[in-house]
Amino acid sequence: MDTSFTYETFVRLLGALPLTLQLAAIGISIGAFFAMILALMRVSGYAILDWPARAYVFVFRGTPLLVQIFLIYYGLGQFMLIKKSFLWPFLREPYWCAILALVMNTAAYSSEIFRGGLLSVPHGQVEAARACGMSRLMIFRRITLPLAIRQALPAYSNEMISMIKATSLASTVTIMEITGVAGSIISETFRAIEVFVIAGAIYLAINFVLTRILGAMEYWLSPHLRQPPSAILSSSAA
Amino acid sequence: MYHYSFLEMISFSTGYGKPLLIGVAMTICLAVAGFFIGAFIGIFGAWAKLSGGYIARSVADAYTTVLRAIPELLVIFLFYYGGTAAISALGKFLNVEGTLGFPGFLAGSLAIGICAGAQHTEVFRGAFNAVHKGEIEAALACGMSRFTRFRRIIMPLTLRHALPGLGNVWQIVLKESALVSAVGIIELMRQTQLAAGSTGMPFNFYMLAAAAYLGISTISGFLLQLSERRLSRGVRR
Repeated sequence: MDTSFTYETFVRLLGALPLTLQLAAIGISIGAFFAMILALMRVSGYAILDWPARAYVFVFRGTPLLVQIFLIYYGLGQFMLIKKSFLWPFLREPYWCAILALVMNTAAYSSEIFRGGLLSVPHGQVEAARACGMSRLMIFRRITLPLAIRQALPAYSNEMISMIKATSLASTVTIMEITGVAGSIISETFRAIEVFVIAGAIYLAINFVLTRILGAMEYWLSPHLRQPPSAILSSSAA
Repeated sequence: MYHYSFLEMISFSTGYGKPLLIGVAMTICLAVAGFFIGAFIGIFGAWAKLSGGYIARSVADAYTTVLRAIPELLVIFLFYYGGTAAISALGKFLNVEGTLGFPGFLAGSLAIGICAGAQHTEVFRGAFNAVHKGEIEAALACGMSRFTRFRRIIMPLTLRHALPGLGNVWQIVLKESALVSAVGIIELMRQTQLAAGSTGMPFNFYMLAAAAYLGISTISGFLLQLSERRLSRGVRR
């Protein structure tokens, strides 16, 4: 293996790392917000809120992300109305189009995960909160939401990893994140295997760190599943 | 200048109707090929994880960990460009004149299959673990040979437990197949890009493609539901 080529490629790919992380971070955080709204619409019990959310999730989960990106990036420019609107400076940029597509896509997938979390909150806990005289908003903030997040976290960490992988599709609309740079190096040099190994290692490292952080969060959020410290055990026995 | 309406553009006689329909067929072929390549890998992967030795288990673990962390698009690039490089190296070695191309369909379905294989592995592993130990013991008690046991007891039961998971993998594979358009394989997505580019109506064509994907996934989801019902007809609810 050619060390200077490997090093050069590594440096070039590492230069694209911030963009990948940025796309993922913005996509995940805004996506989570919309996902929560969609999940609340689904569990609200009102058909008028439930059905639009259902249709949205069905459409966005049933079509490839690539179609969604192209529809936004190439498709919206077809309309004079959009071209003349204040949104055009954003929708003209591939960066914002990619983020919009990532947000809308992850909102659909995450809303189902959050819905599962919200539905898993035991009814007795909510009843107990009501018996304590908490208002609806306070019950949601103090009881339902924390329990739902804890329940949804393992599934949501998978969705976050998918989002890291999904940022690679931004390269199809000319954004030079890691996969975009890797693709251009491969088509320049045709040394697919070396570039693939280096780019793959970077993605592997990102996802490794991410899973560790999420694992630590899961541990922190579920003290009730842990063994109590031995000091407590021995003092209660005494 | 005469302006064509969108309906005229997608007509079957003169418009993009026929190429798009061929694209749909190609997408389905790619997804099916990728799905079965993945299933083939998945069976071996699950076997390695469940009853392989230390080396087989480590290889399978490394495979699923790596393939679930790396974007599919990168794997597609590897197979397409790597395959082309390998073929031209082979051509040079065999002294064949001219440039050689790696067949796109093969590269695409292999890339999709290898990505799907990681998910298949986990699905089969989980499904096997869900098979009740007592059923295998009962088969042993009946004096079935290893092969008969596998064919009559383990395989059908594993398949029943695996079916919902396999349905999920199929939906993922179907959507992943759109990515091979990035290396120029003419399936639904690529055909849509071509049509959108030359007609100046990208929105209409991408909407049409989205509807086609939605249609394929809905119909196949319905078929999967039917087969799930059929495979679990012996289960009490």
